[in-house]
Amino acid sequence: MRAVTTWTAPLPDGTQREEAALVFDKGREHRLLVIPPLFDEANKFRRQLVEIMRRLDLSGIDSVLPDLPGTGDSLLPHAEVTLAGLRKAAQAACEDFRITHCFCVRTGAMYAPSSLPGWRYAPIAGRNSLRSLLRARTLAAQERGESETTADLEAQGKASGLVAGGWHIGPELFAALGAEKLPHTQQMVDIDHETVGGSPLWLRAEPDEDPEQADALAAVIAIGLLGT
Amino acid sequence: MTGTTETNEKKGLPPSRQAIDDKLRAIIADVLGLDRDHVETFDGDTGLFGHLPELDSMAVAGLLTEMEDRLDIIIDDEDVDGEMLETYGGLLAFAEMKVIEG
Repeated sequence: MRAVTTWTAPLPDGTQREEAALVFDKGREHRLLVIPPLFDEANKFRRQLVEIMRRLDLSGIDSVLPDLPGTGDSLLPHAEVTLAGLRKAAQAACEDFRITHCFCVRTGAMYAPSSLPGWRYAPIAGRNSLRSLLRARTLAAQERGESETTADLEAQGKASGLVAGGWHIGPELFAALGAEKLPHTQQMVDIDHETVGGSPLWLRAEPDEDPEQADALAAVIAIGLLGT
Repeated sequence: MTGTTETNEKKGLPPSRQAIDDKLRAIIADVLGLDRDHVETFDGDTGLFGHLPELDSMAVAGLLTEMEDRLDIIIDDEDVDGEMLETYGGLLAFAEMKVIEG
């Protein structure tokens, strides 16, 4: 059954804070951690993630979608989010919810726990999403008749952080996303969007859900876990 | 036409104009949430930026990033101007030029 619970998330400075988590939890054998992408794609994909979780629940698989500090409904300012902090929090969520497998989407692959088996859906490196955010900002500046270049913004982002696409990105997150490649993994299987088919939901202007795509993704996970 | 494209890709040649056209239409449909059949009716003079309400600066950013990913090109700041985004024909010509450059 779907429920919202709380969990204790670690912060980079060693303190902790209480965050929410959406769970389909019946204490079953297979327990999946769901990791959304960063920035706007998280909002665009959240409804679809819940659709996938609902299908997995019907297949007998528990799943957990935790707010990591600074993401989802967390009250931690987004400017304080760091890549190391996201990784630490995702790892802590695994222990807290006794997770057995992980499913991450897009830039979620940048901070998914490396120790668990699972799936990465259409994974992209952080620098690709930064590039898109900076481009939106330079285009908006152009429309206002101002001039901003991607190179200037990159320097500013690394030095002091910046706001792009409405997201306050701190210098540490900016630098880490720009520098780090998509992690190599032996444990996780990549699912290309072509396998799922249809129009990618993270590209839409408004959040949406797609039952057929949710069926396809839930089927890949359920078959992997249950072998049926 | 499909056969030609496959042969070209096997030889490591740039994709044919038709293949770039197909990919570009798919990208526009995906990014702007438009019906694929509607995008198929676009011709060279069909207006884009300033004509399609879906195409705001955030959508332009998404469109250009998807073009980079799917056409395997790099689009620089100075490439982006009103002319390139004004019509479908302009955007297609830009994409073809970038693919050949790449």
